[in-house]
Amino acid sequence: MTRESYINAGLTFLLVLAPFWAWSMGQAYILTLCTKVAILALAGVGLNIALGLGGLVSFGHAAFFGIGGYAMGILASHAQTFDPIMDWPILIEGTKSMPMIWLVAMITSALAALLIGALSLRTSGVYFIMITLAFGQMLYYFTIGWPAYGGEDGLSIYVRNIFPGLNTLVPVQFLILSYVILGFALLFSARLSRAPFGLALTAARQNADRVETVGIAPFRLRLVAFVISGAITGLAGALFADLNRFISPTMFSWHTSGEIMIFVILGGVGRLYGPVAGAALFILLEHLLGGVSDYWKIFLGVLLLAVVLFARGGLIGTLAGREVGHG
Amino acid sequence: MAEPLLQTCGITKSFGALKASDAISLDLRPGEIHALIGPNGAGKSTLIKQIAGNMQPDSGTVHFLGQDVTVLDTVARARLGLGRTFQISALAMDFTVLQNAVLGALGARGDVMRFFRPVMKDRTLVARANEALERVGLQDHAAMRTAELSHGQRRQLEVAVALTLKPKAFLMDEPMAGLGGGGSKRLTGLLDGLRAEAPILLVEHDMDAVFALADRISVLVYGQVIATGTAAEIRANPEVRRAYLGEEDAA
Ligand SMILES: Nc1ncnc2c1ncn2[C@@H]1O[C@H](COP(=O)(O)OP(=O)(O)O)[C@@H](O)[C@H]1O
Ligand SMILES: [Mg+2]
Repeated sequence: MTRESYINAGLTFLLVLAPFWAWSMGQAYILTLCTKVAILALAGVGLNIALGLGGLVSFGHAAFFGIGGYAMGILASHAQTFDPIMDWPILIEGTKSMPMIWLVAMITSALAALLIGALSLRTSGVYFIMITLAFGQMLYYFTIGWPAYGGEDGLSIYVRNIFPGLNTLVPVQFLILSYVILGFALLFSARLSRAPFGLALTAARQNADRVETVGIAPFRLRLVAFVISGAITGLAGALFADLNRFISPTMFSWHTSGEIMIFVILGGVGRLYGPVAGAALFILLEHLLGGVSDYWKIFLGVLLLAVVLFARGGLIGTLAGREVGHG
Repeated sequence: MAEPLLQTCGITKSFGALKASDAISLDLRPGEIHALIGPNGAGKSTLIKQIAGNMQPDSGTVHFLGQDVTVLDTVARARLGLGRTFQISALAMDFTVLQNAVLGALGARGDVMRFFRPVMKDRTLVARANEALERVGLQDHAAMRTAELSHGQRRQLEVAVALTLKPKAFLMDEPMAGLGGGGSKRLTGLLDGLRAEAPILLVEHDMDAVFALADRISVLVYGQVIATGTAAEIRANPEVRRAYLGEEDAA
């Protein structure tokens, strides 16, 4: 095993241990924090496929996070008012079923990523950053002006959605659900990065000429990566909405895109557990420093600057060193 | 005479006032090494780029395997069987040497959209990659990070990746640059045998290698081919001596 896999195992252990500790201390709110870490990490795992493996600096992943959130909000709100989403030409009703909601969240965010990617991946560098940002902001302003689902105020869902065989209203059950999904996403992401697709995608990040010369089109690789990335971040959005039982345009705002990117950068760009470490650190800092000062994000900014300047591999990279090997 | 595999017809390319390619017509025939020589800045790399598809000519056409490929991009030309090495190494620097070679083998096989099975455990691909590394003499460096290779070794890896493609024709832009005497001799031996597998359009500064290897030599000066012929013809050509070889002797 490499050093990095020990660190990943250690992080997994800590994440699993935290709820037990919280439970023994009678600090139930820590369960919610852990759930939040897992869901935000999931959003980061999505972004990390585009950013870490593909080198695609998307500043618009809030678009997918928000679409996932609104997929949940729209389906669940129609279910709670027994009012079909549409009845012509076919009847589409709302649903409270999580698996169904997740499926819709992933498909719609994948489609959005396909469209946004097809348009923005023709550019690169700063233009790519700007175009993805613009798409995110477009959706942000669209939802603000969309009264059907609460407009600027957002929309509350009164009861958490249901998962067969579980009582999702019990915090620990929803926590386990989030952990399991994050686990699957990490497993998928680990396999993806070692698969033929991952090899070609990471090669295209390093040298697009090389990839073209062996007969592989970088654009297609990047588009597929962007779609997968968007779908995973969309799923995280649906879960996040369920955690808060609330959606609002904020999910689409560029702050959200920035935060997802911060998780990845803090933890380590392109590192499997980077988003997990980053999201955990972010929530921990928010929790510890947020109580001390309203300006805790200044500390976050300083930390981020330090990482970018001195510790390019983020938390994981600093602890594990450079990864060389055939894996 | 055998039909040419690769042919350029009147390739012209200008950068502002500079004519980097001036109506260049040349061809590459089965089984041959066709060397392209010329002073620095003559336009050799620019021609290679237009043949490989990285750059569109202002006018003129490129035919490959009897097909007009002028409008095709690099990816399509590579898929048709054009194997190319870069003058300035274009490798995935964070990859190991073997990973770069496996990438080539993967491109040749063409099934990139696979998301689950570890590529480095794919025996067929790894065997093909290792075979190529062995042929260029990099087998002992397979697990090394590419960024840690010397410049000469990177050139060797460029050739190895091209070999994994099993192309129908090679375009090589100064593959010997930076190789020591031993490496250069080994690569000369490799290219000598390689022409039987696929012909090579070889841009090279190492004159010993060129005169030892080339079936035909074309001399490019200021974007124009001033002569094409066998080694002996080129050596004897007064215009070539004046424009190019003379300078070398003087230097
Ligand atoms: N993209 C470019 N834009 C402008 N000038 C270029 C470009 N590429 C090459 N040149 C110029 O074209 C000429 C030929 O360059 P090149 O093909 O690299 O020569 P060689 O490979 O024979 O040394 C040089 O004068 C070079 O400066
Ligand atoms: Mg050159």
